[in-house]
Amino acid sequence: MDFTLTSDQEALQEAVRKLCEGRFPMERVRALAEVGGVDRDLWREMADAGVFSLRLSEADGGAALGTAEAALVFEVLGRALVPGPLVWTHLAAGLVPGAAEGDRVVGGLQRQEEPFLVEYPDAIDVLLAVDDDGLWEVDRSRLSARPVSWPLDPLTPAHVAGGLLRGERRGVPGDAARWRLDGAVLTGAYLLGMAAALTEMSVAFAKERQQFDKPIGSFQAIKHILADMFVRTEVARAAVYAAAVNLDEPALGPPARAVAGAKLLAGEAATLNAKAATQVHGGMGFTWEVDVHLYLKRAWVLDTTFGTADDHADVVAGLLG
Amino acid sequence: MDLLWTEEDERFRAELRAWIDQALPKLPAATKREDWDARRERDTTWQRMLYDAGYAGINWPADFGGRGAALSEQLVFYEEITTAGAPDVGVNFVGLLHAGPTIIAEAADDQRARHLPAILKGEEVWCQGFSEPSAGSDLASLRTRAVRDGDDYVINGQKIWTSFAQVSDYCELLVRTDPEAPKHTGITWLILPMDTPGVDVRPLRTVIGSSEFSELYLDDVRVPVANRVGAENDGWRVAMVTFSFERGTSLVSEMAEARRQLDELVKVAKVVTRGSATAWDDVGLRREIGHAAAELDALWNMVKRTVSEAARTGVPGVGASVVKLYYTELIQRIGDLALRVLDRASLSLDDVFDHSGHFVEERLRVLALTIAAGSSQIQRNIIGERILGLPR
Repeated sequence: MDFTLTSDQEALQEAVRKLCEGRFPMERVRALAEVGGVDRDLWREMADAGVFSLRLSEADGGAALGTAEAALVFEVLGRALVPGPLVWTHLAAGLVPGAAEGDRVVGGLQRQEEPFLVEYPDAIDVLLAVDDDGLWEVDRSRLSARPVSWPLDPLTPAHVAGGLLRGERRGVPGDAARWRLDGAVLTGAYLLGMAAALTEMSVAFAKERQQFDKPIGSFQAIKHILADMFVRTEVARAAVYAAAVNLDEPALGPPARAVAGAKLLAGEAATLNAKAATQVHGGMGFTWEVDVHLYLKRAWVLDTTFGTADDHADVVAGLLG
Repeated sequence: MDLLWTEEDERFRAELRAWIDQALPKLPAATKREDWDARRERDTTWQRMLYDAGYAGINWPADFGGRGAALSEQLVFYEEITTAGAPDVGVNFVGLLHAGPTIIAEAADDQRARHLPAILKGEEVWCQGFSEPSAGSDLASLRTRAVRDGDDYVINGQKIWTSFAQVSDYCELLVRTDPEAPKHTGITWLILPMDTPGVDVRPLRTVIGSSEFSELYLDDVRVPVANRVGAENDGWRVAMVTFSFERGTSLVSEMAEARRQLDELVKVAKVVTRGSATAWDDVGLRREIGHAAAELDALWNMVKRTVSEAARTGVPGVGASVVKLYYTELIQRIGDLALRVLDRASLSLDDVFDHSGHFVEERLRVLALTIAAGSSQIQRNIIGERILGLPR
């Protein structure tokens, strides 16, 4: 038992952090809203860095790494708020040709969640659906889709789709169950990174911003909000890392409870931290110019994917006693 | 990141479990409330049984009677103790969880040899003399005065919130040795024998209705200079070491117990009826219990992370404040859930059914946790200033 990052894991996070700093500064991320959320060249660069393929075997062009490493990568992507159907394309690597290499962008949804909001409709090449019976590739030519002109998150464009037919089978129920677990943990990891970024930007702002001739971070009313943001993030980190490790290590027992707890706590950390960050930033926090709202909106979006907080609390409760 | 116990850990777990199974029935029954002598007798008997079996001071140095094992074995120990419903550290939580570890980290060899084996054998019970009526969250403003007189300090002052003082042999005591110095630099950490003339213990009644803590009046109490731990006027730094254990590792056994209590609560919720259904059929209540369980799971994993980090440095760091803050507020919410499950049975600290009274008593007891060992507000200041680097 050693629940700290190995030096390889630290190096992996550092490499993806550098990629994000170089390729996804916030002005570039914001600009992606104009192109449907995905820039093909940047998407391929992420693929080249192994974002989609890292869990595939070396024979399949991957790095044969585990869910723990994937979670660490998604944490860094969430920190930078990199848009696009990252989790779905990562899950599809090895199943949908071209996904691992970044040649095809794969989106997806869970079939329960009517009305069907298809994310990144103009960016994706393939749309997958997950339900209790398996994984399915939806024939998009047979979808009736109405574009959302005003999406909640400018970086998550969407269509409202009707007549969602089942499509062609891509996986059995066991595959679907595993995708839900992996998807929940990777989305949780992304939310964890967002929660950490929100804490950092709020702390930096509170050290700079002066009122009453003092940095506002010196006031306990603000300091305690920031302390709670940090604490929430660290609790979510323990949950997400443990769930990812649990998915890699069958000897630790069934992962369902750990995964549900991870998505639940990471989703809460991101949404609560985004709301707290808005408050700490004061009037600026309510402007389009400050990045906080982009994090808040993405947190709300992601809280609806791979199970809501309530869904996951119910899962944990069902496994108690 | 590796969460699998080693084969060695698992072997330890199996041996310990077998030992607890045969040892537990030999322990005298739980004592009556307020019978502190009987409580001490039972708790120290259990400690002696642990010592004789080689399970006392799991990660304490073998030279002083400990097992000299890794911190991870300490976690396994708590998991097994709570699963079996065996006693917690009890009246000697100060000796076992923070005075002892402070002595290991900071005391002289003769002090270690004198006290550590005695703590592990259940021969010495310790209490804490840190807080004063005018020095709570602002602990460094403490005024209990120690004046050097030959080979002794002569101490006058008053301490408060001293748990189990009435059955303690020693007290970890903070005194002011230099009243002229800035407040953090004039403090000294002393070992006070509780049978010294001039020590007067006056029990205080808590919200539970019982008197586990006391006021300590110190009137010309003579303590040998040889009882000092660390240098004179360096006591604040030593106290910070004590706090790192008190806020960090000492909550671990409590947390292991909380996980078991939550499972118990679910069992109760499944049988308590509300009209035609059980409490567990209440979707809202059940969801909140599931939420709390996820948080407890996460905190247990945080403990594993802290232990993994401490295995490298030896002393838990300020990250302990994170666990302390989150856990103590969580356990109060869990207490609220317990009262909602019990409904009208919560009117009684006697058992109305199963262990219902215990849940009610626990709800009262955990009120202290967000106040003791640095209130939640102090923890938020520490996190804000020392971890996040915010200005004071």
